[in-house]
Amino acid sequence: MSTVIKVENLSKQYRLGLVGASTFKEDTKRWWARIRGKEDPFIHMGVENDRSIQDGNNFVWSLKDVNFEVQKGDVIGVIGRNGAGKSTLLKILSKVTAPTIGSIKVKGRIASLLEVGTGFHPELTGRENIYLNGAILGMRKHEITRKLDEIIAFAGVEKYVDTPVKRYSSGMYVRLAFAVAAHLESEILIVDEVLAVGDAEFQQKCLGKMGDISKSDGRTILFVSHNMPSISTLCNRAILLKNGNVSIDSSVSDCISGYFGGQNKSNLLSNISLKYLDVFELKSIRVYNYSDITKNTLLDHQEIILETFFTLYEDISNYHITYHLYNEQGDALFSFSHSNTELKYGDNKLLFHFPPLFFQSGTFYLHFHLIKNKKHGVLSEKDIMSFQIIDGARELGTYMGREPGFIRPIFKSTIQ
Amino acid sequence: MEETNWSTIISPHTKWYKINIREIWDYRDLIFIFVKRDIISIYKQTILGPVWFLLGPIFTVFTYTFLFSEVAHLSTDGLPGPLFYLGGTTLWNYFQACFNGASTTFSANAGIFGKVYFPRLITPISLMISNLLKLSFQFLTYVVFLIYYFQKSSTLHFHFEYIFLVPLLIIILAMIAMGGGIMISSLTSKYRDLSMVVSIGMMLLMYATPIMYPVSAIPEFYKPYLYLNPISPLIEIFRYVFTGTGTFTWFQVAYSFFFGCLVLFIGVFIFHRTEKNFMDTI
Repeated sequence: MSTVIKVENLSKQYRLGLVGASTFKEDTKRWWARIRGKEDPFIHMGVENDRSIQDGNNFVWSLKDVNFEVQKGDVIGVIGRNGAGKSTLLKILSKVTAPTIGSIKVKGRIASLLEVGTGFHPELTGRENIYLNGAILGMRKHEITRKLDEIIAFAGVEKYVDTPVKRYSSGMYVRLAFAVAAHLESEILIVDEVLAVGDAEFQQKCLGKMGDISKSDGRTILFVSHNMPSISTLCNRAILLKNGNVSIDSSVSDCISGYFGGQNKSNLLSNISLKYLDVFELKSIRVYNYSDITKNTLLDHQEIILETFFTLYEDISNYHITYHLYNEQGDALFSFSHSNTELKYGDNKLLFHFPPLFFQSGTFYLHFHLIKNKKHGVLSEKDIMSFQIIDGARELGTYMGREPGFIRPIFKSTIQ
Repeated sequence: MEETNWSTIISPHTKWYKINIREIWDYRDLIFIFVKRDIISIYKQTILGPVWFLLGPIFTVFTYTFLFSEVAHLSTDGLPGPLFYLGGTTLWNYFQACFNGASTTFSANAGIFGKVYFPRLITPISLMISNLLKLSFQFLTYVVFLIYYFQKSSTLHFHFEYIFLVPLLIIILAMIAMGGGIMISSLTSKYRDLSMVVSIGMMLLMYATPIMYPVSAIPEFYKPYLYLNPISPLIEIFRYVFTGTGTFTWFQVAYSFFFGCLVLFIGVFIFHRTEKNFMDTI
């Protein structure tokens, strides 16, 4: 493994407002400072890129002191809310604009797919545009000729290849553009939101192609998307950008849960000491993925376990525990309890097993109830804990969007 | 980890002399694909196609002939009006098309420059080449006129020994047009003021170039000023080679050539300074 991209102290300052006489004054000051060998007088101005705060400052840092490295063969997801600096980062990486401070060191050729279809000329035919687009992306003519058939087949536009692209549907347009870029032999591929366009089938094709590129060719991919399942499926690492800073640089699941605002809360609730008389004492509740108890993130594609630890000081067990599950909007989803498990005297560790893919991504809230004699609620605690499920990897070629609802229980099905 | 292995370093500034000629060479296929695109997109969905390249100049030339030679009685160095004017406008049209095209490099291509990187100089370079097509069509018209008038009159002299100068003067024109154009394009990427001046400037430059009049018709006193304009000798040479009128000195050729080199050099330098960040200000 070797580092192919090294981002060091990368910062990008933008000026807000209109260009006019006042910017000319600033430019003159800047120029005068440079002539005297002084530092740019405006370089320290500017604030964090938070659009909601209005202040007198005309400078913002779209990126500020961003540092990270990418190893060869990494498929790295870049996630963040709108305005977090994702596009700026990609623009600097693809040399569309230069950083204000800092540098990026790159090993190998970079191909970027920022909004596919750039440079397509509407009057030219599909074939001519393949050449045009390929050459814009840095391919040599013979390279394109060699791959022409493959590109046309991948885009699925065989019939239209000698028709001007202005007659294409927007989907065909994008398919053709992605096909050209995907067949480019670059060591590093930057992909921005390809999945926002094209039909589900083609989205799958794109994701599959990207998977192939990284796995079989060992190429490095930077993938920007708001679609967490596809990030989760393709990427082996992720970076979460927040207001122009790298907020989390870690595993995909950490970044996704950070993206959804979580990560500060643990999925273990201990030292609760919720008591009912001298009979019952709740000690801890924990939610975890069956495969990894130590991790704080809960992936939807793995079995999830809800563990309740409590002590019973009474011999005869006529108690049982019921949970009510709520979603973020406060809607009750369902309740569940242990009908077939008898509680015992002393310490009990009660486990509920939720099968893989039972929960959809989102935050869930648990209400705890202790029931006596199957009818009296003797102890209850609302919102005793919450946990967040994030999108895990899915099988390539399957639907990457969100199903309706909050859970998707799997029922036994038969054919008669 | 060896630090020397980086193939690209993206940083805020590059040294002014680091103009990556090699990179442009690597993208040479793109130049020709752009040329092809420009040419094809002009033809598309027209019936007459390249004939339209000819009609414009022909109408201009007959208007000039009527106005300047028939009405105002300006000298044409003894040449038939259409032949005289067509020579000048053929070259001037090429220069003007190149200059205007290059001067909008940034603003006209902001969309594509904002999304993908390739050496920005590719765009003006390919423009110089694709305009050659239009030039050659107009030149062919000129040759047709030439043949017609050669048969009619004996005062025309064809200086075949200097024909090698013709490609050179087209190269010089392209250098001045591209250098000046990308300079304007760079300087107007943030502040548009200068672009307002360009159209006026081009018009004035045209009057300061012997297109509608020969140098010989200019009073002796003003001639040195006329020759400050590096395009003047180019037009005169063109006429000298094909029709035997007009004068030029080798010093003027050298002057135009070095002027072209200097403008191109300064232009590329300013362009190079601007290209990294123009997306933020355009």
